[in-house]
Amino acid sequence: MSEESKATHPSGPSHRSVEIGVAIGLILFALIVIAGSLQVGVTWAADGPRAGFFPFYCGLFVLVASCINLYNAIQDPGGGLFAEWGQLGQVVSVVIPAGIYVALVPSLGMYVASALLIAVFMKWIGKYGWLMVAAVPVPVMIATFLIFEKWFLVPLPKGPLEEFLGY
Amino acid sequence: MEEIFNLFHGFAVVLQPYNIMVMAIGILLGVIIGVLPGLGGANGVAILLPLTFSMSPTSAIIMLSCIYWGALFGGAITSVLFNIPGEPWSVATTFDGHPMAQQGRAGEALTAAFTSSFIGALFSVVVITLVAPLVASFALRFGPAEQFGVYFLAFASFIGLSKEPPMKTVAAMMMGFALGAVGLDQMTGQLRLTFGFTPLLSGFDFLIAVIGLFGIGEILLTMEEGLRFKGRAAVINPKVVWETWKTLPKFWMTYARSCVIGCWMGITPAGATPASFMSYGIAKRLSKNGRNFGNGEIEGVVAPETAAHAAGKAALLPMLALGVPGSPTAAVLLGGLLIWGLQPGPMLFIEHKEFVWGLIASMYMGNVFGLLIVLTCVPFFAAILRIPFPIIAPIILVFCAIGSYSVHNNVFDVMMMMVFGVLGYFLKKTNYPLAPLVLAIVLGDKAEESFRQSLLASQGSLGIFFSNGLVGTIMVLGFIALFWSLIQEAWSRFRPATAA
Repeated sequence: MSEESKATHPSGPSHRSVEIGVAIGLILFALIVIAGSLQVGVTWAADGPRAGFFPFYCGLFVLVASCINLYNAIQDPGGGLFAEWGQLGQVVSVVIPAGIYVALVPSLGMYVASALLIAVFMKWIGKYGWLMVAAVPVPVMIATFLIFEKWFLVPLPKGPLEEFLGY
Repeated sequence: MEEIFNLFHGFAVVLQPYNIMVMAIGILLGVIIGVLPGLGGANGVAILLPLTFSMSPTSAIIMLSCIYWGALFGGAITSVLFNIPGEPWSVATTFDGHPMAQQGRAGEALTAAFTSSFIGALFSVVVITLVAPLVASFALRFGPAEQFGVYFLAFASFIGLSKEPPMKTVAAMMMGFALGAVGLDQMTGQLRLTFGFTPLLSGFDFLIAVIGLFGIGEILLTMEEGLRFKGRAAVINPKVVWETWKTLPKFWMTYARSCVIGCWMGITPAGATPASFMSYGIAKRLSKNGRNFGNGEIEGVVAPETAAHAAGKAALLPMLALGVPGSPTAAVLLGGLLIWGLQPGPMLFIEHKEFVWGLIASMYMGNVFGLLIVLTCVPFFAAILRIPFPIIAPIILVFCAIGSYSVHNNVFDVMMMMVFGVLGYFLKKTNYPLAPLVLAIVLGDKAEESFRQSLLASQGSLGIFFSNGLVGTIMVLGFIALFWSLIQEAWSRFRPATAA
């Protein structure tokens, strides 16, 4: 019974609440911009408008527009999901490894960290066997190395492995 | 006459073996980008921009623009075969393209799509060849006030013409301007909005924003939807192509209409996506077979594809002649020009003739190349789309990271890319438009500069924006664009009243 009700009524955050959240986030952003502009001055000086003049009005526009959007979102009777929890889980399962990946790039180097990311992704989300997991990332990153480092002369961050190999 | 001579000179540049190779690589990469989910024209070009740093500016722009043309072609392949629009502007192509594929007419649909793209693009390139030099020489008369007027017109059109709620467009756009203002103030040399945080000193680079908002954001959306590709096979052989080509000339009216719609929507920054929908809608209303649209009508493929490509190409006209890009991808190309030390705008036509005409000539050649490549390589591109998402997604992510890093050789940018990615996911899901945000980051400095210079000249009076006929006209057009939806509404209320 509960299985069935779960299937017919998927749960998740409502679209309305996310709309409200985004509007509030933008209001905060606007306040930060306005505060920052006030710090450097928004009025006229002898040599024309000060540095904060333009961003101050941009911030003001964001503030006013977001307040209207917030009002509209609150007025909205709601209904409709933003996404199901399961779907959001999928999104988080990309964001977390990607975040760790970015954190690892400076110490491991771009190539090794990238190969690890592809491997983790294939194992965790794709549920591939170890053979596949070993077979894809390494050739991909070797190809990337050749394209960027050798042909187009774009240096990428390197780590201990590249140092060991003499690059 | 001088233009024709310049154009031939441009062809001579483009037809150098090295540039032909660059063009072919660009088209191939572009189609792959167009086919892959999560990679589109704008972020694809942004990611590959660093590859061109070691090239000459002319070869570099040829490669980048060919990536763009390739991406425009690639979007049609996924729409027809997989019912997944690879790009927003190919959504309308799925309406009739995919039903055709289901009926086993995929080859026919793809041939029609590619040919229509080709014709739409060619129309816009001819328009660019003829009109851009005129616009540029006219724009040489522009002072700061006129310049600001042009920016105002461009951004006002976003608010008035986009399908998103206007207040959301305003919020997104002004957020872009604020982000663009972070860092060193160009006019006073003062730091602003950095809050003492060192990595912010150089400000937000819009390339990072493009890669994050469009690339990472798109991957997150695709993950949420849980993509499963179920594609149709396509057979394209010379016979299918020939048979399809024989049927196309009778749609000449649809072609003509779609070319004009696309070209117009591309020059005003409305862009390829609304152009394709509008063209499809009008074709549906005016066609004899309008009722059958949606069930696999070839005209339903012709109309949106022609308009989308006409718009995609035409977006380069204001970018080259005025320095105001008509689409996010054109903005990325503009960013490339700035990196190579070229200032887009009217002076480009005088100071860097070879570059401009090389680019325009490459548009002609790239189009012909693109048509040949896509007609012959469809099975190969369709095979790319069959690579499972858990393999292709992290690879796309890695390329986004590499692209972001190599803009400034800075790992902080890669972090910002992730932040922009999550932001892009939420903004897109809640219907905030991303294109004006990105354009505002790119043009923020210039718009601000022209605004402040105008105010300096007028001692702070806003009257300077209406001080002569030229700037006044531009500003009035801007206000009309800004309130376009209100004007339309008032008009439609007024009309029935007079009829009754």
